[in-house]
Amino acid sequence: MSIGLEHFLVLSALLFGVGLFMALSKRNIIGILMGIELMFNAVNLSLVSFARFLEAAERLSGQVFVVFSITVAAAEAAVALALAVAIYRRRESVDVDRINLLRW
Amino acid sequence: MTAFLAEWWDLRDLGNTVGALLDWIADRGVPDWVPYVLSGIIGIAAVLLWAILSQLAFIWIERRVLGRMQVRLGPNRVGPWGLLQPLADALKVLAKEMVTPRNADRVLYWLAPIAVVVPAILVLAVFPFSPGMVVADLNVGVLYIVAVTSTATIAVFMAGWSSSNKYSLLGAMRTVAMLISYEVVQVLALLSATAFTGSMRLLDVVAWQDRYNAWLLFLQPLALLSFIIASAVEVNRTPSDIAEAESEIVAGYHTEYGGIRWGMFQLAEYVAGFAVAATITTLWLGGWTLWGLEEWVPGWLIFLGKLYGTFFLFIWLRGTLPRVRIDQLMGFAWKFLLPLMLLNVLLVGAEKVVWAETGASAGVVLPAFAVLNLALTVALVLGWGALAGGLRPQMRPKRPLLVREVGGIYYQPMP
Amino acid sequence: MEDAGSVVAFWALAALTLGAAVVTAAVRDLVRAVVALVLSFLGVAGLFVLLSADFLGVAQVLIYAGAISVLIVFAIVLTPRAARDNAETAMLWPALAIAGALMGLVIAVALATDWGDEAREGFRETASAIGEALLNRYVLPFEVASVLLLAAMLGAIVLVRED
Repeated sequence: MSIGLEHFLVLSALLFGVGLFMALSKRNIIGILMGIELMFNAVNLSLVSFARFLEAAERLSGQVFVVFSITVAAAEAAVALALAVAIYRRRESVDVDRINLLRW
Repeated sequence: MTAFLAEWWDLRDLGNTVGALLDWIADRGVPDWVPYVLSGIIGIAAVLLWAILSQLAFIWIERRVLGRMQVRLGPNRVGPWGLLQPLADALKVLAKEMVTPRNADRVLYWLAPIAVVVPAILVLAVFPFSPGMVVADLNVGVLYIVAVTSTATIAVFMAGWSSSNKYSLLGAMRTVAMLISYEVVQVLALLSATAFTGSMRLLDVVAWQDRYNAWLLFLQPLALLSFIIASAVEVNRTPSDIAEAESEIVAGYHTEYGGIRWGMFQLAEYVAGFAVAATITTLWLGGWTLWGLEEWVPGWLIFLGKLYGTFFLFIWLRGTLPRVRIDQLMGFAWKFLLPLMLLNVLLVGAEKVVWAETGASAGVVLPAFAVLNLALTVALVLGWGALAGGLRPQMRPKRPLLVREVGGIYYQPMP
Repeated sequence: MEDAGSVVAFWALAALTLGAAVVTAAVRDLVRAVVALVLSFLGVAGLFVLLSADFLGVAQVLIYAGAISVLIVFAIVLTPRAARDNAETAMLWPALAIAGALMGLVIAVALATDWGDEAREGFRETASAIGEALLNRYVLPFEVASVLLLAAMLGAIVLVRED
């Protein structure tokens, strides 16, 4: 059997689903962040597979997109983890059920 | 490029011999993938064998050389001149009991030595011992070296965390902080070398140095100095072996590991040291070329000679310098080395643009760059060191200070 | 990609990536979840190399497995011990339903579309092509990304300062 674009897209969708599950349901802020990183990875994977299978070999815009996506993900992870540490210092907890000051 | 013969008996490049063997096998009518897989297996086995044999030899060499530098004999009991010391060490390591702490995290504790050794061995795959003797000729070889050594960071943390020992965790966190600081310096130093030669492929870098007959040692001295320092820290060698200094924190992140697990950590340290020496040899010291000598002497012997010379430099540093404190080490990386490396990258860019725009020949431009870079290195190291460094001579205390002068609590002796 | 090496590599790497991701979601200890996440990152890096993106594969290892995982580990060490059990909130089943529905939708659309992927040649080196693209066609996002990284660094430092 040969590997085509559909294989990579299905794998990317599954990975995105696992990441989405973690981001929606984890109690620890850092668990949510790990889910977000998995979602980033899934999207990068699908972008690179589009670049490989659908783009002309000179354009490579999918891979450049992924370069920027990795950059933004790194910046976002740094700020999110700084937020987590700051929240722990103020609220003495990283349980998302307790961090509910902005709720109605 | 020196023209090598392609005969199987031309031992100046062992790739010829292996290539002839694989051609002979392919002529027998085997499937297509058999020679390919066999070449991989032969290359991997050769590199692994060389790494382990070198490590065994250097256990003895390092201890004897350190001993002589410290005006004492090294090990000399086990065999003539102590030559069987590595064998004794290996037997001791194999025979020791591997105690697992009770509260240790079983999976991570078991996985940590493996996760430390695997990157160290993987990084040896890209080094060109000679044009035909590369296990993996990657287009992104330089970046591969950095990437694989950076995965050792999380392995060190795993080792310290899973030991369920406060001091192990403390040593692991200090080591991780050290590693990520000097990783930035290492990447910028490698970037300078890569940008100057215009390619991340290690064979291309060696070819550039061969074509212009100019080792990058002369053209990028500041990058080489920073890379030597950053790599000594990355492989946890003195003067920065805070994590495993016996007098500091027992043994840091590998305190709770006994027997062959500790042996794995030592293997990783030596193999990483060889990998770093190989990087310096390939990128700055000209790899397997020696200004034409590679026509008579095999290229891989020249490479190994340079590699062992660089490793001897690391042993020399270990025997000479005292251990640096962790805050001094981090301050050195962020305040001294990083600005210098950023300036160096700027300089490399400027020099490349000047060379391309003026279109002058290499014989004119490269000596000018060499002199300019050397002058700038000396000026920057001395100037920036005085500016950003610690105490100026007039501020250093002239006599030992009493505790109460420094502001500490001073207890009156009981009358 | 029809050759046996690519097929075996794809299935092995896909199993590693997806298995490690499921372990990240399911394991009960946060540090083991981080280690499984690192394995997932390495699997994705291998898939990048399979997709002829050699520079991105190595960059993925360097940035994700080498730096972001260390960031997460530092955050775990700086936060309380009681919260390291990687548990889920009460939204476990709704989250599972939503994620499953989204997965199903995307997979159905991906399989049903006729992508028109013509056969392209195999491996090409991309490092120099990406470098040229970043400085010719995509120079504005490149510069903006550097400003973004500076802002993120400053923001992280300001957030964690002790005053």
